[in-house]
Amino acid sequence: MKGIAARHLGVVEMHLTLEFGGGLELLCQSVKIHNVEVDPQTGKEKLTMRDLLSWVHANLIKERPEMFMKGDSVRPGVLVLVNDCDWELSGQLDTRLKEKDVIVFISTLHGG
Amino acid sequence: MEESEATTKKPRSRQCCICKDRRAALKRPKNLEQICRECFYDAFEEEIHKVIVQNQLFKPGERVAVGASGGKDSTVLAYVMSELNRRHQYGLELFLLSVDEGITGYRDDSLETVKRNEIQYGLPLKIVSYKDLYGWSMDEIVKAIGLKNNCTFCGVFRRQVRELIYFVFARPVVSLIPALDRGAALLKVDKLVTGHNADDIAETVLLNILRGDIARLGRCTSITTGEDGTIPRCKPFNFENLDDIDTYAYFKKLDYFSTECIYSPNAYRGFAREFIKDLERIRPRAILDIIKSGEDFRISTTTKMPEQGTCERCGYISSQKWCKACVLLEGLNRGLPKLGIGRTRGRNGQQRDAPQTNGGMKNIGSKQCGTLDF
Repeated sequence: MKGIAARHLGVVEMHLTLEFGGGLELLCQSVKIHNVEVDPQTGKEKLTMRDLLSWVHANLIKERPEMFMKGDSVRPGVLVLVNDCDWELSGQLDTRLKEKDVIVFISTLHGG
Repeated sequence: MEESEATTKKPRSRQCCICKDRRAALKRPKNLEQICRECFYDAFEEEIHKVIVQNQLFKPGERVAVGASGGKDSTVLAYVMSELNRRHQYGLELFLLSVDEGITGYRDDSLETVKRNEIQYGLPLKIVSYKDLYGWSMDEIVKAIGLKNNCTFCGVFRRQVRELIYFVFARPVVSLIPALDRGAALLKVDKLVTGHNADDIAETVLLNILRGDIARLGRCTSITTGEDGTIPRCKPFNFENLDDIDTYAYFKKLDYFSTECIYSPNAYRGFAREFIKDLERIRPRAILDIIKSGEDFRISTTTKMPEQGTCERCGYISSQKWCKACVLLEGLNRGLPKLGIGRTRGRNGQQRDAPQTNGGMKNIGSKQCGTLDF
């Protein structure tokens, strides 16, 4: 329903694959891989990592959000890869996402 | 600023700065180099090789146990060690060594990972368990003493397990542990390597400063420890950042287990970890700099260090009549599990009448699980 309504308004939903690892999957009901559709917020054309993080926080994280987020970014110690590339190389929060992008979040804060 | 960098795609900034060909996939915390996956594998593995060669960690023909928990650090270590052993012909006889603390829902699952690693890397696996060694599993200890001091038991036992494995050969006096005596012939070990990384060492430097533990501060940064008659232990990942190890494990699709110990809230070390991760975000070299600071500490020669003797009962190094593990075990077996918990040593290494049973509660938080006691 939401998708159809959005398309009528000319907003394109984006299909993304999100992968949680290193224990972060425990925050989203132990599911590692999520295929999701994300609407860019009204008035915005492009979806950035900043938008995605707040979407993930609102829609996927079911418990202990402080293990994932700190401020408006991920908690230090969480690695983020966009299409297998460290997000530090693509502008971190300002990284622009495209249709079918794969985003990986790995917590490094577990013992080894 | 950042936005304009991200939107105007300069091909140069995305290119690997080593091969100048492939697309960069990560930025290394230690030098901020932007490199591709293949160059990262090479750089990472060669750094470890260099540490091994420069510090002369091994001799050909040695039997080297890789401490394997199933977690990412030890999994990467097992993989890299077997690769390097083959590539550079170290001539080492490698095997995986796991300690089974007996924690249902945690160690049993992670041991499954280690068992898969055994097949994947072709390294034989040996498992020693607290239950066999001490007659108590961690589950049973927690049942007996509750959740308050369990990390003390686990930490003390774990440290001693390493020694026991070695002591059985060095001097066969360990009547305390018949199971290990029996299994000992299988377990001849010259050296133990562990997957402790730069983040772990930096945390430990901070924790040792916070505790005022001068003796441990002095040795926690050494790559090899334990030449003084205990089992030699090396940390080839001493200078490798945790993020690099995780990225390596992810890119190589290594099979590892990631769940925190169910008994360990690990609050104290957790704060230190979060603190250095915050520092790293501001200044990626901060972690290596903390290690450097730890190495460069000079301890005044007039500082009185705790004297080391040996435990009368089991022969393990101890500054007391009985070592900590023997005191704890005695408490467990006599139904007085609080025996040995808390401070048994006064200031400046002055020995108090051990074991103390009261007044030690304030010290509980200071020996969290995972204490890197080298």
